[in-house]
Order: sequence, then C-alpha cells, then structure tokens
Amino acid sequence: MDPRALKATSVRAEDPASQSQEPSALKITASGSDPKMFSLPWETPLSAWPQDLLVKLPRGISRHVVRFVRVGDDVYAMKEITRNVAEREYEILRQLQKLNLPTVQPIAVVTGRHDTDGEPLEAMLVTRHLRFSLPYRALFSRTLRPDTAERLIDALAVLMVRLHLAGFYWGDVSLSNVLFLRDADAFSAFLVDAETGDLQVNLTDGQREYDIDLARTNIIGELMDLSSGELLPMEVDEIEIGNRLVDRYHSLWSALTDTDKFTPNEMWKIEQRVNHLNDMGFDVDELEMNATEDGKRVMVRPRVVDAGYASRKLLRLTGLDVQENQARRLLNDLDAYRASTWREGDDIEIVATDWMREVFEPTVRMIPREYRTRIEPAQFFHEILDHRWFLAEKAGHDVSMGEAIHSYIKNVLPQYQLDRKTLDELNEEADSGIVDERSTYYDAPQSDDADDDSAESSYRAPGVDEDGYNAEDDPDAAVWSH
Amino acid sequence: MAEVIFDHVTRIYPGNDTPSVDDLNLDIKDGEFLVLVGPSGCGKSTTLRMLAGLEEVNKGRILIGGTDVTTMQPKDRDIAMVFQNYALYPHMTVADNMGFALKIAGTPKDEIRKRVEKAAEILDLTEFLDRKPKALSGGQRQRVAMGRAIVREPKVFLMDEPLSNLDAKLRVQTRTQIAALQRQLGVTTLYVTHDQTEALTMGDRIAVIKLGILQQVGAPTELYDRPANVFVAGFIGSPSMNINTHPVVNGKAQIGEDTLELPKDAVAKLTPEDKNEIVVGFRPEDATLAGPDEANAFSLKVMNVEDLGSDGYIYGNIITDEASANSAHDAMMSDQNKLTTIRVSPRALPNVGDVVKIKVNPAKMHLFSPSTELRLN
Repeated sequence: MDPRALKATSVRAEDPASQSQEPSALKITASGSDPKMFSLPWETPLSAWPQDLLVKLPRGISRHVVRFVRVGDDVYAMKEITRNVAEREYEILRQLQKLNLPTVQPIAVVTGRHDTDGEPLEAMLVTRHLRFSLPYRALFSRTLRPDTAERLIDALAVLMVRLHLAGFYWGDVSLSNVLFLRDADAFSAFLVDAETGDLQVNLTDGQREYDIDLARTNIIGELMDLSSGELLPMEVDEIEIGNRLVDRYHSLWSALTDTDKFTPNEMWKIEQRVNHLNDMGFDVDELEMNATEDGKRVMVRPRVVDAGYASRKLLRLTGLDVQENQARRLLNDLDAYRASTWREGDDIEIVATDWMREVFEPTVRMIPREYRTRIEPAQFFHEILDHRWFLAEKAGHDVSMGEAIHSYIKNVLPQYQLDRKTLDELNEEADSGIVDERSTYYDAPQSDDADDDSAESSYRAPGVDEDGYNAEDDPDAAVWSH
Repeated sequence: MAEVIFDHVTRIYPGNDTPSVDDLNLDIKDGEFLVLVGPSGCGKSTTLRMLAGLEEVNKGRILIGGTDVTTMQPKDRDIAMVFQNYALYPHMTVADNMGFALKIAGTPKDEIRKRVEKAAEILDLTEFLDRKPKALSGGQRQRVAMGRAIVREPKVFLMDEPLSNLDAKLRVQTRTQIAALQRQLGVTTLYVTHDQTEALTMGDRIAVIKLGILQQVGAPTELYDRPANVFVAGFIGSPSMNINTHPVVNGKAQIGEDTLELPKDAVAKLTPEDKNEIVVGFRPEDATLAGPDEANAFSLKVMNVEDLGSDGYIYGNIITDEASANSAHDAMMSDQNKLTTIRVSPRALPNVGDVVKIKVNPAKMHLFSPSTELRLN
C-alpha cells in the first residue's frame, strides 16, 4: 500500500455536501418548543442520567443507549447516536409523519453535546413515547395466547405494505424495530427505527422484495432467540411464522395494487373490490380505469390512499382517534345501539353523539385510576364487549354492561399490570449490546469456581440455561451490532 | 467467488432527465476489493444498489460470475450486504448467532457447523462458539456480526458506507479489520464510501465517480500519482493537491513575475479552447522552499504555519499579477480554502507574513487542460 496513503489524515471523513458542521455549543433542533428541554443534563452521557428523570417503561432492544425521560407532561424516548444519523432519522421521521404513516413522533435532535471536561458526546434523537405501546419482547414476557406471534406478524405486514405504498424503503425490518399497540383482537404496528430508511417516489420490486426477505430472516432469528430462551410456546414454528409474513404481505399488496379485468356488464365487481378494500381498512382515493384495446374489457386499478377507513369514519362521527380494528368494533357497537333503540331512520351523526354519552363514556370512566396509563379507553371498551359476550355465553342469558364491567375489572384487567421484576428484566436486556459504550462490555474474566455450585437444583426457570445464566437478567446479553 | 461486470449500465430515476449513473463500464475482478468513491449524490450508492437488485437498471447489463443478474431478485443473486444492522441474539450461542440464516435456508447441521467453525477460526472466535454473546467484548461482538455474512459464503460482499455510524476511533479500527478480513477470505467486494482516505487505505483498486460518470479506476497509487483529470486530482489525497490555473507565456507558466518551466509535450497538447492557460497541480509534499533568486520558483505569501513535529505545513497565497492566482477550482479542492499548502521540514518553517520562494519537483507536477480538465502529462 502507498505509504502516503497510510499517513493520510482523514480531514474529510464527513461528506461536506450532506452534513452540517458539528456545532460547538449545545444545539436543539425541535419541532415544538418546550423550554424544559434545555434544563436536561445534556452534559452527562445518557447511560448515567439520574434515575429521578427516567420513567420505567419497557424498552425494546437497541444497539444504542435508549432511555425514557419525563419532560413536562410528556414522556420522551431519547436515543444516543452519531450526529449525522440522528439528523437524518429526524428528517425521515418528520416526512413519514407528514404522510400520516404510523411511526413514532420525532421531537428533536440534540447536537453539540460536551461533558463537563469539554469532551464531545454523541448526539441524541428525541421522539415522543407512544402511549400504551409495547416492544415485542414485553408481549412475550407474559403469558399470552399462542397466536401472539401470528398477530404481531399480521400487524407488521400491514405496516410494511403501508410504508411501501408511500414509497418508504425500510432497509432494516424486524420485530425489534417496531412497537405494537393493542387493536381490538389484533395489534397495530408502529415504526420506531428509520436509521436505514429512505423515502422515494416509488419503490422498485427489488427494494420491496429485499425488505420482505430481510424481515423474514430477522423475524425467524428473533423468534429462534425467544425459543432458545424458552420464552416461546413449544408449538410455535419460527420458520412458518417468518413465511407467514411473506404470504400476508404479498396477498395484501396484490389486493391493494392488482389490476382487475371486467367486461362492461360486470361493473358491480368494482364496487365489490372497493368494499373488500374498505373491509381491510384501506381507503380508495380514485380508480384508474382503462379499456383494453379491443374495447371489450375494462381494466381497473384502485389507487389506495391509506389504511384507516374505519378509524377515520369513527373520528368523524365521535371525535375518537383509535386504531383501525378498535374503530371497527366501536362502529359495530354504534350500529347495534342504533338498531336496538329503533333509530335507524335518524342521522348517524346524532345517534353517535348519544351513543358516546350513554354507552362509551360511562364505560371508560370505570377504568380504575391505576390502569389508566396501561390500557387505552377504546381497547378497554372492546375488551368489555368481549367479556360481556363471554359471560352471557356462560350464563346462557344476556348480561348487563355494568355487570360485565365489574367482572372484567376484577378478573381480567389485573393481567395488564407488568410486574416490576419483569419490567426490570426487560430493560436490563434492552440496555445490553451497545457497541460503543464500554461499560456494557464483558470485562473481567470470571473465575472457573463460579460454575461449580450451579448444579444444586434440577429446576430451571424459563430463560435460564445450564449455568444458571439468564439472558433476560443480563444487561450485556443482547447486542445490536454492525 | 466471482467476477462482477457492469456493462454499459445506466440508471435514470423516474422524473429525472439526467441519469444518476451514466453508461458505467466497470469490472470487479474475482476476489478483488474495489472501492467506489465520490462526493454525495455522485451515483455510487445507486451503483451498489443496482448490483444488489434494489435499483432497476434502465440500460445495460450486470453480470455476477458470468450470470446475467440484471433482472434477478435480490435474494437470488448470492450477494451479502455486510454491516447492515445485525442483531446479536442474547439467548443464542455465538455459533447459533452466526449460523441461524443457514438453518433457515435448510442447510444440513453438519455443514452449518463446519462453515461456522471455519468462519470462527478466521475471526478468532473459536473458543467462544458455545458461549452467549454476553461473554464477548465489543470488538468480538462485531466480528460475530461479520461471521453471519461470511458463513453464507456469498459470491459478492456489498458494503455501503459501513463505517458511517461509528465514532472516529472505532472507524479506523474497523477499517483495518475489514480490509484484512476481505484479503483473507478473498471474496469479491464492492465497498462504497465518500471518504477518500477509506478508499486509499482499503481498496485494491479505487473507482472515482462524479455526477454518475466514472472518472478513473486504478490502484490507490495510480490515482494518487497520475490522476486522470482535475476532479480526481483534487478529490484523492489529503491534504489535497494544490491546483491553480496560470497563463502560458513562451511555453512556461507565468506566475506573477516568476515563471515555471513546463514539459514541451504537455504544452503542445493545449488547444485554442484552453486560451493560453494551463492548470498546474502539485501535492504539498512535492514542493520545497527555494533560495530568493532561484529560477523556476514562485513566490508565496505565508498566511499560516503548522508544526506537527514530524512535518511542517505552510499555508499561503501565491503572488501573481493580481492579488492571488486565478483559482477557479480552489474553493472546491483545497482543505484550507484558497490557500496553497506546502509540506516542509518543521525545522525550516518561515514566519507568518514572510514571502518565500517555492519550487515544485518537475517530475511530480500534474498538468491539465483548463477546457477539458483532462491530464496533459
């Protein structure tokens, strides 16, 4: 190698065309202005921020240091990353927000951080914590239905299709890069990590296929990991679930974008197609119709705007802003209310106002105070309806709403408490594999004697291996690496 | 193992008039480490993504190991994008972390173990294979992530700015590791970066690209010693080359009251479009201080000096008829804005404000046509 090349100092390691200068003093670029942001201890590495600023919420695994911090009335997620990545991700998240896509909301980029000795610190990306959301590992840490994995995959497939329709190439799809919100019996997925993403006019098939293939590989890997830790029900087949994503994605994509061919006297099929899309939660903006060259057939391709058909309808009628499946459930209950009160002739807007006052609001007011940060009102309402049905079936007759609410709060709701121990375990694991934070590395070699006492008990708790090691307890266990 | 060929490849993004990559012809030899370097927006990432199957090719063909992959799906191309955000899974052993993608692909267990052991040996991870990632240091964790790409034994490795997320210290360390590992494995590699130092230190050959057009391909020394045009001359090397345009009078470059002798055959190549001017480039280490009356030297007003212990740097303005040399390219090319940089012995540094004479090693002078910007000597 050229000796001069070896000596060369990288004065232009940063690309001047795409990157701004590192600010010499603290700089906060924010979409809003909360003066409290300035009072945070930016001169301290995030991993050492005082406990009283932090909020204990389950965190997903990240290869960066991430913390939840209370700022005024809000809870923000703070992520320590290099400046150019922080600035880029902030911009991309802002663009995705403008397109009304389900992502976390970017709040600020903090650059020019220095510690008290003047040494530079990494930049921070600040996003608003998505209320009621959970990382997938938190969902698996509790006894859940065996089909949880499948329902998470379905939500991820919908998210991917929506992002791809909008021209967003993700580049790093995985369960870890998503947060999940309960949505009636299903889940809704939100993008939380856009580091590798890119917003384009249209995606090529190659870009979509790459995202799908990567998602499949990552999902299978994430599930195999849960399985190694005995955190996945035995009957779950990781590869089958990974393949499910590919199938769900493709069937959804083709339902939304395929061109249908009809003869002119089959135009009713167009309506059928639009209804089908609405059932899946997608709105159709316009239909692209072309006649074939012989004029005998019509080719129809819907231009799908976005998901959220039911949730937009509910928002218009009631002002409630909820997830799609929740909205569908609430709209169904609204319909049932309208029928049972013999008001089918009345304007739906007026009936909706009464339903809110007489049915929805009295129900959600019953949520005990300690659960108000744990369950969304719309999800509570949905689960009460389910529980009422369950009670009625068991009793063989109708059960009143009040009775259902009391039974639900007593018997079902306690499952929503994420116990302190589980939460601590999750967060320790989430803190793990931070490549550029020395304090997280394995350092001193352990003495061999430590292993000798391990065979005392034959019982092993889930996730604990033969050495008595439990990765869930270990802050250095999981690694996000390059 | 395979050769990669870009055969007259063009990519025009929808809605654009000009191609992002224009008629690219480039061979990456079997086992070669080729670095594609250029400023942002030059088309280097588009080129990599076309090879990966993420971008459509509008014209031309791409071949991997003799197979035309132009329209093939990414997963069928037998390539690995290295250093994407790999996750290491906390409950899995190091061996499982490295081999799980093979397990998904249905590779037999014995074969997986064999490949994992081979990769672990190269990566110096053998003793950790049956441990969990928690037992590893930061560098070892990174090597496990590399191992995941290695065990797949792909035909080609693709790396798109893999070091850009790392801090400066880790960047230099990882740069060395990647280069050494690639040489050991001998897998054909296309590496994209905007950083010419990365290019010079890592690549077997470097391809410089600007605005979608390939400027020059060659070994690092070739690009450094014989840049084909003004762009490559200014882009490769740090501190960068001094580049100025001067009038040509009687076959010599006229620099203020001074003249610089030019090789006859280079001057002969100038055309009327060059308007009797020539672009003279020289690297900071190819000039020295001259005596006050020495011929074939020019005057420099010293604006700043740096003593780095082993080297000294003089930054100054060349004295011409006007305030300074006509320097159309300077703003873009020089690290110290328009200042000319000279490397000298730190024991011989002049004072700021002095006017010194500088002579350039004639064998190390880079001459270009002002109109075409192409090399003349």
